[in-house]
Amino acid sequence: MVTRFAAVLSLVLAGLLPSITGPAEAQSSIVILSTTTSTQDSGLLDVLVPLFEKKSGLTVKTISVGTGQALALAARGEADVTLAHAPGLEKKYVTEGRMSNRRLVMYNDFVVIGPPDDPAKIKGLPKALDALKRIAESQSRFVSRGDKSGTHTLELALWKQAGVEPKGAWYIESGQGMGQTLGIANDRRAYTLTDRATFLAFQKRVDLPILVEKDRPLLNIYSVMEVNPANGPRVNPKGGKAFADFMLAPETQAVIKSFGVDRYGQPLFVPVAGKKDEDL
Amino acid sequence: MGLIGEGVLEALRLLATGDPEVWQITWLSLQVSAAATLLSLVFGIPAGAALALSRFPGRAFVVSLVNTGMGLPPVVVGLFVTILLWRNGALGFLELLYTPSAMVIGQFVIAAPIVTGLTLAAVQQVPDRFRLQMLGLGASRLQMIWVLLKEARLPMLAAVMAGFGGVISEVGASMMLGGNIKGATRVLTTATVLETGKGNFDIALALSVILLLITFLVNWALSFIQQGRRA
Repeated sequence: MVTRFAAVLSLVLAGLLPSITGPAEAQSSIVILSTTTSTQDSGLLDVLVPLFEKKSGLTVKTISVGTGQALALAARGEADVTLAHAPGLEKKYVTEGRMSNRRLVMYNDFVVIGPPDDPAKIKGLPKALDALKRIAESQSRFVSRGDKSGTHTLELALWKQAGVEPKGAWYIESGQGMGQTLGIANDRRAYTLTDRATFLAFQKRVDLPILVEKDRPLLNIYSVMEVNPANGPRVNPKGGKAFADFMLAPETQAVIKSFGVDRYGQPLFVPVAGKKDEDL
Repeated sequence: MGLIGEGVLEALRLLATGDPEVWQITWLSLQVSAAATLLSLVFGIPAGAALALSRFPGRAFVVSLVNTGMGLPPVVVGLFVTILLWRNGALGFLELLYTPSAMVIGQFVIAAPIVTGLTLAAVQQVPDRFRLQMLGLGASRLQMIWVLLKEARLPMLAAVMAGFGGVISEVGASMMLGGNIKGATRVLTTATVLETGKGNFDIALALSVILLLITFLVNWALSFIQQGRRA
């Protein structure tokens, strides 16, 4: 009986383990991409990654986390290439030598949304900073991501420029992704800052209108950076560079340009390969 | 119809149409959690039985450790194992992070104390006299342990169910260790988190219903084994 049990167990284990472990792949054929949740949640990477894998023969492991974590992982050598959207933070990593060859890939924009009755009276204001000042002055509820993501980083920079320290019962930190944060803002009838792509994806469930948009500080710029091989012994610089180059190739940029039109009637991202921050 | 009704319908539709991605995700969930549960049985049954039958200084302390381990938060396990498996981590040379094997390791760490603790309790509830009688009748120690385990098989199957239930439903460790990579390490729980984040609540609900369904089927089969022999 003991032997029969052992035999059955080893058979089951023998059947299960190899099928999910698979042969060990050569390390240089794997590229780890650390990126933000918005590129994954919008569905863009589901289109681009298979294209790259087919073209290069490499396997991409996409780790989609907040921009803060994406850059932190890369700085530890736990990724080979990073696609992020927090220019200030990115430049800091580049200056420190952790990341290199930062190149702009695409942009979309952020919008400020809020309850239709607009208690802070910000509808149509041309400047996002003025809108934030009025929200703070009127102590109107505002939901912040609070998660060190690219969106949160931009939001904090805006508060700083507006000369406001966001604090108090009106300032709610969700600590969650954009989708969940939109849900909370909708439920609490609060203002929030969101990227347009996620906002469009949630239109069915969120009935807060766009109140402020199209201001230069609200541009949401995505850049690709390669990881410095000195960050860790197993960084794959060739693979990282191949993916970064792919993101800027004309064919890829064409795919980005039309992405989202079929689903939302408008593109979600504007490709900007070759441009600099100052050009936008 | 409400959102939940839509979710149930969507679940049935996905299962009926045999959506390949949903099937692949469901199959991987089952594989990873079954492998982790089996490994935790291989480790936990002997460890639990040994702990139940031995007496040594510090035993009470070890038992407390095992009992604490039964409630290990998956996200804490995920964090520790992730750091070990990092490229620069102690076990980085294995290159296991973001693979199903990494998820099996994490789930094993979660399930092993559950199986050990419940085995310990199951074996200990068999009366001492029974054990002494067997030894008195000339049973070897191994034979005695085997009879004890058979005697305790009902609570032992409960250990299997608790271990499997604990790992198939956890999301924290699988998310960190697997990375929720499409086609490679995406399982039902991590896919549910992703679809919720995307605002696809109907698909998220459908995945949840599938998860509940397979958890029920596995437990139903185990309960059948557990209760069937009594009838």
